[in-house]
Amino acid sequence: MITFPHRHLLGIKGLTEQDITLLLDRADEAVKISRQREKKTSSLRGLTQINLFFEASTRTQSSFELAGKRLGADVMNMSVGNSSVKKGETLIDTAMTLNAMHPDVLVVRHSSAGAAALLAQKVSCSVVNAGDGQHEHPTQALLDALTIRRAKGKLSRIIVAICGDVLHSRVARSNILLLNQMGARVRVVAPATLLPAGIEQMGVEVYHSMIEGLKDADVVMMLRLQRERMAGSFVPSVREYFHYYGLDSEKLKAAKDDALVMHPGPMNRGVEIASEIADGPQSVIEQQVEMGVAVRMAVMETLLLSQNQGPRL
Amino acid sequence: MTRPLVLQNLRIVDPSRSLDETGTIVVGGDGRILAAGKDAQNQGVPAGAFIKDCAGLVAVPGLVDARVFVGEPGSEHRETIESAARAAAIGGVTSFIAMPDTDPVIDDIALVEFVQKTARDKALVNVHPAAALTKGLKGEEMTEFGLLRDAGAVCFTNGRKPLHDALVLRRAMTYAREFGAVIALEARDKYLGANGVMNEGLLASWLGLPGIPRESEIIPLERDLRIAGLTRAAYHAAKISVPESADAVRVARERGVNVTCGISINNLTLNENDIGEYRTFFKLSPPLRSEDDRVAMVEALADGTIDIIVSSHDPQDVDTKRLPFGDAADGAVGLETLAAAALRLHHSGQVPLMRLIDALSTRPAATFGLDAGTLKPGAKADIAILDLDEPWILYREALVSRSKNTPFENARFTGRVVQTYVAGKLVHSV
Repeated sequence: MITFPHRHLLGIKGLTEQDITLLLDRADEAVKISRQREKKTSSLRGLTQINLFFEASTRTQSSFELAGKRLGADVMNMSVGNSSVKKGETLIDTAMTLNAMHPDVLVVRHSSAGAAALLAQKVSCSVVNAGDGQHEHPTQALLDALTIRRAKGKLSRIIVAICGDVLHSRVARSNILLLNQMGARVRVVAPATLLPAGIEQMGVEVYHSMIEGLKDADVVMMLRLQRERMAGSFVPSVREYFHYYGLDSEKLKAAKDDALVMHPGPMNRGVEIASEIADGPQSVIEQQVEMGVAVRMAVMETLLLSQNQGPRL
Repeated sequence: MTRPLVLQNLRIVDPSRSLDETGTIVVGGDGRILAAGKDAQNQGVPAGAFIKDCAGLVAVPGLVDARVFVGEPGSEHRETIESAARAAAIGGVTSFIAMPDTDPVIDDIALVEFVQKTARDKALVNVHPAAALTKGLKGEEMTEFGLLRDAGAVCFTNGRKPLHDALVLRRAMTYAREFGAVIALEARDKYLGANGVMNEGLLASWLGLPGIPRESEIIPLERDLRIAGLTRAAYHAAKISVPESADAVRVARERGVNVTCGISINNLTLNENDIGEYRTFFKLSPPLRSEDDRVAMVEALADGTIDIIVSSHDPQDVDTKRLPFGDAADGAVGLETLAAAALRLHHSGQVPLMRLIDALSTRPAATFGLDAGTLKPGAKADIAILDLDEPWILYREALVSRSKNTPFENARFTGRVVQTYVAGKLVHSV
């Protein structure tokens, strides 16, 4: 059996190098399953997975759904619109209601940081964080790591440049944690208005120029400029943003010739990334989606089959 | 008339007279102090007096808490005047000022009288109403300072809501000066850090929570101090949290501005790390700052730049606290733990006991003109008796406050309030 000393996956924080390696190794196996003609296994047969999405999501939700189904679990989707049910009472009430139906794993996305952790305290099954506010998105970081490891053969001592809206990005936080844990060199490249306070102490090198930040990079990870979240004026205009921070062939030349171009999606073509790059030979954006299913299979299988779960209540 | 009282063999710490000596306290049948000190030891005792030996204990003037949020009227399920007063008695707090953030807002003489009447009928300790500075706390029109003051409001404040409009503030201060009314405000910028939920910094960034920069307090505070200087009004910065604010107060004082300032006990004894993984009982306003800030604020308290300590008692229930961190309400209960938490600063050697009691009793009484904060003969016998060295653990269930949102759950304390007297009457005893 697997030894994985966690009952939930709430974030990358708290995972050791061994934990991460175990999940990635297992995900490598899961990739094979997804590439077979017969994609259904029975390892989670009889178990119930509930996807509880308080925030609209297409790709993450379908990725989790497919992962559960390929493992043989019964999957139920609860898409709770993000308007009226944003309040915490409903979060806990909904969770308690679902809990009474005896699910084995709850996959949660919520717009508030810490929501997944709050839920985990309240339910008696495993909880997988599928994104909580601006805090963490652990399965995204794992799938990014898997994509990089399969292309580069390793994670240690590679240079990864994370570019764009780091301030509002849970993907960036999880990636910074994971890549540091695995011994990679992490840079962030963004205008100062899109970087959180204390970023220098988060284990990254900070750049404000794409050309400098991308120099000799093995991986260029673009982030979505989340226009819908911009309450104030973080950048003056899309035009100016693309000019200085959008990834085009000119800027990509600064990175290594075989540098990977990644994006967690959904992309804003012409805002943070030029179409020619997104569809170009260095882009691994589609592989990321494939790895997403594999990583989520690995995570749920590991959590549910691990012997080291806490006592079931 | 009650039975006269004699407390013998206790250490008496009375900052109003800079007195720290072992002696006796004699309380007359009218609930006023006849004598308190070494010289009271051989004066004999009044006929029929109740005599108590208090060897090993310390008597201090009953604590005066200048910032307490009560749920009555409007949110009695969180706290009533009666339950807050019971919590106060346990914490050695014999007088507190109730904030006007109620429903309805205390902005009218009828409501001031309601608070006073309820307190008179039901409260174990003295409760003084603060009145709203602006109608409905909306920050637009000033209230009737003169009438409210005469009805018994001891100060004017916008409660939890900062006052954003400098013109309204100037007019309010100009008008209040004529009535000798103290204006107590919290400083928080309208825009800067407005969506923040904890101290801005590395920790907030990791937690993915929007931060509140220190400047969101410093900038409006400096503005308020300028307007206080301009209008020569009495201004009280209710809860400061960063050393730059203490510096601003110090500089303003040197310029001759009539300013006092307070700090929440939470900002003196806790820091942002206590938030851990989204523990909402530590979501406070002002937010818990860094450990460096905390230490600097303790120094500013010790040297007297910060005048007073408040509990900032703010009862919140499950409905408002058991939420994701960003959505949870600010605030923590504090009346019952005020003295014990403050004694940590005494035991750590950072603040002398005399200064600590001054900040908890004598100075707040003087700032808001209350008949309290002293043990001198003739004063009302509001007394807290402390055992400085008793170790104990705070269990949430043991709190008498209707709300249990304490940041000191399971905290280990050294020293507690063993007896509380209000006007010579025993209101709490362990």
